[in-house]
Amino acid sequence: MSTLDPTSLDVPAIQALLAAGATAVDVTQAYLDRIDAVDGGLGAYLHVAGEAALARAAEVDAARAAGGELGPLAGLPVALKDVFVTEGVPTTSGSRILEGWRPPYDATVAARLKAAGTVVLGKTNMDEFAMGSSTENSAYRPTRNPWDPDRIPGGSSGGSSAAVAGGLAPWALGTDTGGSIRQPAAMTGLVGHKPTYGGVSRYGLIAFSSSLDQAGPMARTVLDAAVLHEAIGGYDPRDSTSIDAPVPVLVKATGEGARGELAGLRVGVVRELGGDGHTDGYDAGVLDRVRETVELLAGMGAEVREVSCPAFDLALPAYYLIAPSEASSNLARFEGMRFGLRVGDDGSHSLEEVMSLTREQGFGPEVKRRIVLGTYALSAGYYDAYYGQAQKVRSLITRDFTAAFDDVDVLVSPTSPTVAWPIGARVDDPLAMYAADLCTLPASLAGLPAISVPCGLSEGLPVGFQVMAPALADDRCYRVAAAVEAALDAARGARFLDQLTDRTGAPA
Amino acid sequence: MSDTLVEFDELLTRYEPVIGLETHVELGTASKMFCGCSTTFGAEPNTQTCPVCLGLPGSLPVANAAAIEATIRIGLALGCRIASWCRFARKNYFYPDIPKGFQTSQYDEPLCTAGHLDVEVDGETYRVEIERVHLEEDTGKNLHVGGSTGRIHGASHSLVDFNRAGIPLVEIVTRPIPGAGAKAPEVARAYVTELREILLALGVSEVRMEQGNLRSDVNTSLNPIGDLEWGTRTETKNVNSLRSVERAVRYEMRRQAAVLDAGSRVFQETRHFHEDTGSTSPGRSKEEATDYRYFPEPDLVPVAPDAAWVAELAAGLPELPAARRVRLLEEWGLPATEMAWLVNAGALGLVSDTVAAGATPADARKWWLGELARRANDAGVELTELAVTPQQVAELTRLVAEGTVNDQLARQALDGVLAGEGDPKQVVEARGLAVMGESDELVAAVEAAIAGAPDVVAKVQGGKVQALGALVGAVMKATRGKADAATVKRMLEERVVSS
Repeated sequence: MSTLDPTSLDVPAIQALLAAGATAVDVTQAYLDRIDAVDGGLGAYLHVAGEAALARAAEVDAARAAGGELGPLAGLPVALKDVFVTEGVPTTSGSRILEGWRPPYDATVAARLKAAGTVVLGKTNMDEFAMGSSTENSAYRPTRNPWDPDRIPGGSSGGSSAAVAGGLAPWALGTDTGGSIRQPAAMTGLVGHKPTYGGVSRYGLIAFSSSLDQAGPMARTVLDAAVLHEAIGGYDPRDSTSIDAPVPVLVKATGEGARGELAGLRVGVVRELGGDGHTDGYDAGVLDRVRETVELLAGMGAEVREVSCPAFDLALPAYYLIAPSEASSNLARFEGMRFGLRVGDDGSHSLEEVMSLTREQGFGPEVKRRIVLGTYALSAGYYDAYYGQAQKVRSLITRDFTAAFDDVDVLVSPTSPTVAWPIGARVDDPLAMYAADLCTLPASLAGLPAISVPCGLSEGLPVGFQVMAPALADDRCYRVAAAVEAALDAARGARFLDQLTDRTGAPA
Repeated sequence: MSDTLVEFDELLTRYEPVIGLETHVELGTASKMFCGCSTTFGAEPNTQTCPVCLGLPGSLPVANAAAIEATIRIGLALGCRIASWCRFARKNYFYPDIPKGFQTSQYDEPLCTAGHLDVEVDGETYRVEIERVHLEEDTGKNLHVGGSTGRIHGASHSLVDFNRAGIPLVEIVTRPIPGAGAKAPEVARAYVTELREILLALGVSEVRMEQGNLRSDVNTSLNPIGDLEWGTRTETKNVNSLRSVERAVRYEMRRQAAVLDAGSRVFQETRHFHEDTGSTSPGRSKEEATDYRYFPEPDLVPVAPDAAWVAELAAGLPELPAARRVRLLEEWGLPATEMAWLVNAGALGLVSDTVAAGATPADARKWWLGELARRANDAGVELTELAVTPQQVAELTRLVAEGTVNDQLARQALDGVLAGEGDPKQVVEARGLAVMGESDELVAAVEAAIAGAPDVVAKVQGGKVQALGALVGAVMKATRGKADAATVKRMLEERVVSS
C-alpha cells in the first residue's frame, strides 16, 4: 500500500500533488489499493482495469519525464459508467446480455478523456441499461451508499456516485436520461450535472432513450465537475444531435459563483416541485434544506420568486411513455446475432426461438417491463393515444420552461423528493421507484441543463439542490451551484464530503 | 404445385387490372447512408463495415448529404413536391440482416411527394402518378449454406454479409395505375424502363439491375370489368429485370383470373417471382402482417432542405430522357418507330454519345443496333456492359468513312477493341488492318486472279459482267480482306472488260 492518499482530495489538490512530484502511477495505485480494500463491500465497480490503468499512468509519467506534451488532465484517474463503450475493455451496460463483450471502439467522451491524459480506473455499476433509480436493477450486484451501507446510492449512475463519494475515484462520468446523474449525486453528496441535450456527444453511449440521454460529470466539487464537463463537451460530427456551438465557459462561471457574484440573478422556485400543494411524497427534511438554500441565495443578492409550471405535473407519465418507447427500439439490436449473449443455438431451435431465448435470459425484469410498455405505446392504434400524447406533453413542458425563463434566469427545486432509501424498500413497487425522478424529469424532457449540488443533510443523509437553466446556459447552473457550495462550505468550515468520515460503506 | 391460369386475351374479356410499383434504387454514393463505409459492389463479405452499419451498441447514424441531394434530384425529375421539413423514421422488426433491429426509413414524412411520369406504349401515353419518393437504408444479405438451393430451406447454417447494410436506398412508389387493360404488363415495364433512364441521366445510380441496384415490387389486382371497387392486390417482391416486371404482371393477371373464375378470393400477400418458370409463388401473408411501430428516428435531426438550394438543384437537372428523345428525333431525322426501338434496347444514350463523338446518327444507330447488339446478345450482357465506348464506336465509323478500313476490317478492329487492345486506330495499326491502296501487291493479286481464271474472264468478256464478282472474291481472299472491294472491282474492269 502506498503511503500517498489522494483519495479524499479534490482534483486541484491531486494536480498539486502531481506537480509536486507524485507520479501518476502513485496516484493510480492509491485508488486501486482503495478499490481493492473496500469495493468488495461497496460494489461500485463492475470492472476494474488495474493493469491497463497502471500502464497508462506509467505512459503519462514517462511523457512527463521526457518533457513531452501532456494533456490538461494528465495523470488524473477517472471512472466511467459501464454504459460507455470502451475499446477492448468489457462493457455491459449493467446487463447479462452484454456479458463478456469487448467493444472494438471508444465512445467519443472516452476518447476525449484519453486525449486529455486521464487514466481510466474501470467501469462502474449501474441499473441495467440505465433503467432505474437505485442501481438495484444491475444484473450483477447492488451498490451500497457510502453514507449508509444499507441504503441505495441512487441510480442509474449509482456505481459512479458510490465510487466518487467513497474515494474510489476522484470523479466519474455518468449518464442522465430522467435524472440518473443528478439523483445519485444528490443521494451521495456529490455535484452532478446533466448538460444541455446535444452538449456532450452520445456516440458510444449505449442508448436507453435517444432523445433524452446525456453524459455528464459527477464530482466532489462544482469546480471538478466544470473541469470534467469542459473536457468531454462540444460538437462531435459522429452525433447528429450534438450541438455545433462552443462549449460554455464553465470553469470561469464556477469561479464567479464561488465569489458570490449573484447580484441581480433572478431565481424561480418551481411550485410544482415541492411547493405549496405539491409536497406529497417529499421528505420534510429535504424541503427544509431546499428552502434554506433558497434563502441563502436571496441573502447573496438573488431575486427570488415562485414560478408555476403546471405541465410539470404530467412529466412523469409522459417520460414513462417516451423513454420506454425509444428503449423498446434501441434494445432491439440485442438479439444474440452479432455480439454478447446467445442462448439456444444448439441446432434444435429456430432463429426466432434463439432470439427470444437470448432476450428472455439476457434481460432483467425492469428492462422487460419497459420494452413491453414501449412496444405497446408504439403499436398501431395506440400510438396517438400514448406516444403522440406524451410528445404533446413534452411540448407543453418546454413551453412552461420558456415562459418561466422570460422572467427568471434559473429555476430551482429539490433534486429528489427524498434522501436515499433502504436497499430493497422499493424493488417491488415500480411506481414508487419511478416517483424518485419527479424533480429531474422536466429538464430531461425539455433538453435543458440542470445541476445537483449538496445543500445539507436530512436524517444524516445528503440532500441535493437542483438548478435548471435555459438550453446552452449550462454556465448558469455552475455559477449558482458554486455560490451555494462556497457559502455552505464557509458556514460549515469544511467541504461537504468531509462530513463523511467512514467512506467504506461497510456496516457500522 | 402449379397454378391454374387463364389465357391472357380471354381474361381481358371479363377483368381489368390495376397495377402499382414500388421501386428500390441503390444510390451510387461513395459512402453508405449513415456511416463512412464504402459501397463498392463485390468486396469480401463484411469488409465494408463499421460499428454504425453493424449496429453495435453505442453507435449513432449521421445522414449522408449526397444521398439526400440525389433523392431530391430524383423527386424533382419526377415533378414531385419537395418537403421543406421531414424526418427519418424507424421501422421496427427483427431479422438477422437488419443489424439495429429496425430499418431507418421514412414513414409519414417522405422527402418527395405527388409527382408523375409519362410512359409510352405502342404510341399511347400513360400517366403514372408518383405517390412518394423517400430515402432509407438497405439491409445486409443472408447467405444460406449447406443446402442445394441456396435458400434457407435445407441449409445447415446461415451467414450474414453486412457490406450492403446501410447502402442508401431510394424507394419510389406509384399510385395505383388503373385503365391500362391489356397493356398493363407493358406499362409496368415501360415505367421501370423510363425510370431507369431518368436515374441514369441524373447519374445517381449505376442502375445495374443484375446487381440488384434496382428492384421493383409489383402490385397487381383484378376486378370484374365495370366494378367500381378494385380487387385485392398481391405484391410480387424484388423483381429485378425489365422483362421480369412485364412477365410478373402478366402471370399474376392470369393466375388471379383463374382464382376469381373459381369463385375464390385473392389473398393479400407478398409473392416471389421465379425467373426460370416466369411464375410467382406465395411469400409472407400480409394478413398477419407485422406492426412495424414506426416512430420518428430520435438519433437523426430533421431534414430541412433550403428552398433556394432546391431551386438550384432543379435548375441544374440534366436534360431528361423524354425531352432528349424529342430533340434527338428532330436532330437525327429517324422514324419514330426506330426511335422507340432504340429506347427499348436501352441504346439511346449510347447512340447519342456516339453521335456527340462525331458519328452520323445513321452510322451510330447501325453499329449499336447491328453489330454491337449481336455481340452483346452472344455474350449475354447488356449493351452498356460491352467493353467499348461510344467514342471508340465513333472512331470506327470515322475510319470507315475515310476509307481507312472497310466494314469487314472494321469488325475485326472491333474484335481488338473488345479484347482490350486499345482504341480502333491502334488496333488497325497493330493488326495491320488498313485497306490496301493500288499498290504493287494489289496489282499482283489482281493479275494473278485474272491469270488463274481464264474461264471467268471469258464469261465476263462474253457479256456476263456479273461474273466479275468471282474475281473480286478471289482478290479479297488473296489479300485477306484488306483490299477495298470497289477499288478491286475497278482494277479488274480496267483489265478485263475494256481489253
